[in-house]
Amino acid sequence: MATSDRGMIDPRDQLSVHRRKVVEVLLGSGFLATAAAFVYPVLRYLVPPKPSDLGSDSVVAGRVGELKPNSGKVFRFGNRPGLLIRTASGEYRAMSATCTHLSCTVQYRDDLRQVWCACHNGKYDLNGRNISGPPPRPLEGFEVQVRGEEIFVRRRQEA
Amino acid sequence: MSPLAQVRNWLDERLEWDDLIAPLRKKAVPLHRLSYWYFLGGITLFLFVIQVLTGILLLLYYRPAASEAFESVQFIMTQVQFGWLIRSIHSWSANLMIFTAFAHMFSVLFLKAYRKPRELTWISGVILLFLVMGFGFSGYLLPWNTLAYFATKVGTEITGQVPVVGMPLMIFLRGGEEVTGATLTRFFGFHVAVLPGMATLLILMHLLLVQRLGISIPPKLEVQWSANPSAKREMKFFPNFLLRELMAWYVALGVLGALAALFPWNLGIKADPFVSAPAGIKPEWYFLFMFQTLKLIPPKAWFIDGEVLGVLAFGLVGLLWLLLPFFESDQSSRTKAWITGLAVFALVYMAGMSVYGHLAK
Amino acid sequence: MAILQNKLRPFKAARYVGLAGFVVLAACVGFGQTANSCLDCHSALPDPLAVSQEKFSQDIHAQKGLTCASCHGGDSTSDDPDKAMSRKAGWKGKTNRKQIPELCGSCHSDPAYIRQFNPSLRTDQLGQYRTSVHGKRLAAGDAKVAVCTDCHSVHDLRAPSDPRSTVNPVNVASTCSRCHSDAGYMKGYSIPTDQSAKYSTSVHHEALAVRGDLSAPTCTTCHGNHGAAPPGVDRVQNVCSNCHAFQSQMYEKSSHKEAFQAASLPGCVVCHSNHGISHPTDAKLGTGPEAVCMKCHSPGDACDQARAGLLSDLGRLDEAIKTAGRILAVAESSGMEVSEARLAQSQAQDSLTKARVTIHSFRKDLVDQDIHAGLDIAAKNLQAGQKAMVERNYRRGGLGMSIVAIGIVLAGLWLYIKKIES
Repeated sequence: MATSDRGMIDPRDQLSVHRRKVVEVLLGSGFLATAAAFVYPVLRYLVPPKPSDLGSDSVVAGRVGELKPNSGKVFRFGNRPGLLIRTASGEYRAMSATCTHLSCTVQYRDDLRQVWCACHNGKYDLNGRNISGPPPRPLEGFEVQVRGEEIFVRRRQEA
Repeated sequence: MSPLAQVRNWLDERLEWDDLIAPLRKKAVPLHRLSYWYFLGGITLFLFVIQVLTGILLLLYYRPAASEAFESVQFIMTQVQFGWLIRSIHSWSANLMIFTAFAHMFSVLFLKAYRKPRELTWISGVILLFLVMGFGFSGYLLPWNTLAYFATKVGTEITGQVPVVGMPLMIFLRGGEEVTGATLTRFFGFHVAVLPGMATLLILMHLLLVQRLGISIPPKLEVQWSANPSAKREMKFFPNFLLRELMAWYVALGVLGALAALFPWNLGIKADPFVSAPAGIKPEWYFLFMFQTLKLIPPKAWFIDGEVLGVLAFGLVGLLWLLLPFFESDQSSRTKAWITGLAVFALVYMAGMSVYGHLAK
Repeated sequence: MAILQNKLRPFKAARYVGLAGFVVLAACVGFGQTANSCLDCHSALPDPLAVSQEKFSQDIHAQKGLTCASCHGGDSTSDDPDKAMSRKAGWKGKTNRKQIPELCGSCHSDPAYIRQFNPSLRTDQLGQYRTSVHGKRLAAGDAKVAVCTDCHSVHDLRAPSDPRSTVNPVNVASTCSRCHSDAGYMKGYSIPTDQSAKYSTSVHHEALAVRGDLSAPTCTTCHGNHGAAPPGVDRVQNVCSNCHAFQSQMYEKSSHKEAFQAASLPGCVVCHSNHGISHPTDAKLGTGPEAVCMKCHSPGDACDQARAGLLSDLGRLDEAIKTAGRILAVAESSGMEVSEARLAQSQAQDSLTKARVTIHSFRKDLVDQDIHAGLDIAAKNLQAGQKAMVERNYRRGGLGMSIVAIGIVLAGLWLYIKKIES
């Protein structure tokens, strides 16, 4: 380091030391901050989220014991409503709940033991077939699988 | 000994580390008015690395089957923590990489860095450019939305127009006669295994060649500097140029993050083969110039089908592009002028056609 | 031809021109092509005697193997008009309009006969016809009313399921309006002639003719086809309730049913009209030109207040759904995922629709139930939208911080470069 005759430190050197520290601090903190900004999202990404319906292929429509015999409930199937029915004899049926006439949401009528659409009095049987009123097509049927305590519904698979 | 020096010593004793990195220390970048263009190669490489990293992350959740692909991408975008960020970065970086790859190619073209002895570098680079476009084409289908489905249909259809090999090639690409789930699986295989494998090899070759041959100096400057060696200005690659490149890479990161957060990539609607193609369907911007050209060719030129002519023409141009360095000998200034002229025309044509294609209905 | 004409006796020329034509035809086409000599002449005759082979081949009776003689009698194998149309051969002569229902009914009311062709075809049409306004007036001597052939056409009669049939649901309104919209023809009858014009402005017509929904009502759905008659003032509700069951159930228990019945008002038609049924909007509850309540009620009375309350509640729910929809749209276009809330939006919309149906009970408390259910859902959706916007801002905040961090790195690098190069 250059010293004057009087033994004092050259202020320019002091400045250069100071500047180096600033640069080091800037770089260090910057790198750290950016590294954190990159690593944090990646780490959170790696943690798998809850296995809620991955896609509209298979959905938990309900739990065993939730539905009494001769009752039904509407559940979410992908982006559209689905209807889960427990018949009087205890078996489960599932079908699309979108009426094929003008897309109202249908419901299960336990007094009629049929699927009914409130909008224009359309009726479907327990297989989804349109049997009375305006609906021109049957309701799309879904497959039901009871696994343990959960009732799974998924689209019919083509052979 | 400082810890860093200890590590270096350890490596040197086992790998002859110092010998290995010695050429790196000597590597220098010529300094002139147009030196900034030298960044483009590095940025393309950086974006490629980003693609590999985000691609691997996406692989953890993506499902390459027609019944699940769209939903899995939706899952990534909505349920996975920061999935939207990873996916949007992947999509944006893909587009940026294609842009920088083209820019890099054109800058090499105009700076005439393809001349002897760098012909192999050029050839590996052009093949890499084709691979990058292949990455774009195959990756585009993977979310399995309507736009992608029809863009793939049209794109592979055009491939089928090539005489003789066209149909077999199309069936090979599609995994059948039509675009189906088999096409998706096949494109997935191309996108994550075949193309990355080929690209890695070529990139290594490309980088090795650049290392061995050094950075090219533009012709006029080369003449000047060989006449007057003291006028030569250079910058050491390591650490000076690299630090500057690092700055550029950080800027690129910032741009990518901003794009991903402000303009997240669209999900679209799930592909439905039974729906008719949306009107005015267009490919992604990097194919627009070819697409628009094909649209402008009359249905029949003499006895040849217009589209076949177009496809063959582009094939021919691609081949010539690949073999460009061999057309330019050292001496003839007329060929040099021709090539520069063609390069300018190509740039203007591609840019113009892309804009036209974008604006046309 | 000229040679033949010279040989013909002039006063029989008219009858024999056709016959001459037949001779040429037979020579070229070959005899036995049609075991139906009637068509051979009648295809060349002018209207109203014209029946072409092409036309008759479309007729369902022809397709089932019946011939001209099946209805008209006579001998369809003979080429001689005198023999073919002789009383001895059973020719019934030109059919009188008043006899057409009986003629058709001679087969179509005979279950044993129709069973041979289509066992599930109904055979009560003639009986129904006799109860209809057309049938009764015909029996009283009015030949202007519709008989079977007026609606079903004749000689090219198609099954109702055929889209070209005059009695296919999409064509029924134009078939009926051939008479019922003809003011000149309908002069002397005391019914209006604007039904078809009104109907073509209706939602039912739009559903049937424009959207192709064959379940939508046309004239015969409400009036009957063979037994066509207006339902009667006190039966209108029954007719509408076949499709609009929910509204009918509500109305049945309401105060308005008693009131309308007592005043002999035609139920649903009072507010909704009969033929020109337009899409009901909330304006029906308002005070403007489409308002229906104020036609009977006086401004300021209890009912008017209830009306105003219903209108404002419906408006509130509609507005809540729209507000939630707007914020969801902004969130979606910023890249946020809101499909669950979007699904719930349609549920909220369903609540609004149900509220509008419950109006027919004319009980504010019932309507309020639906309104509140809908408001709850809309509120949740609004929350979801707001949450999505918060998430969006969080992302932008994160971006901002990363940009700042990157800025720091860039500054640091820049200074470092400067330092090592000075």
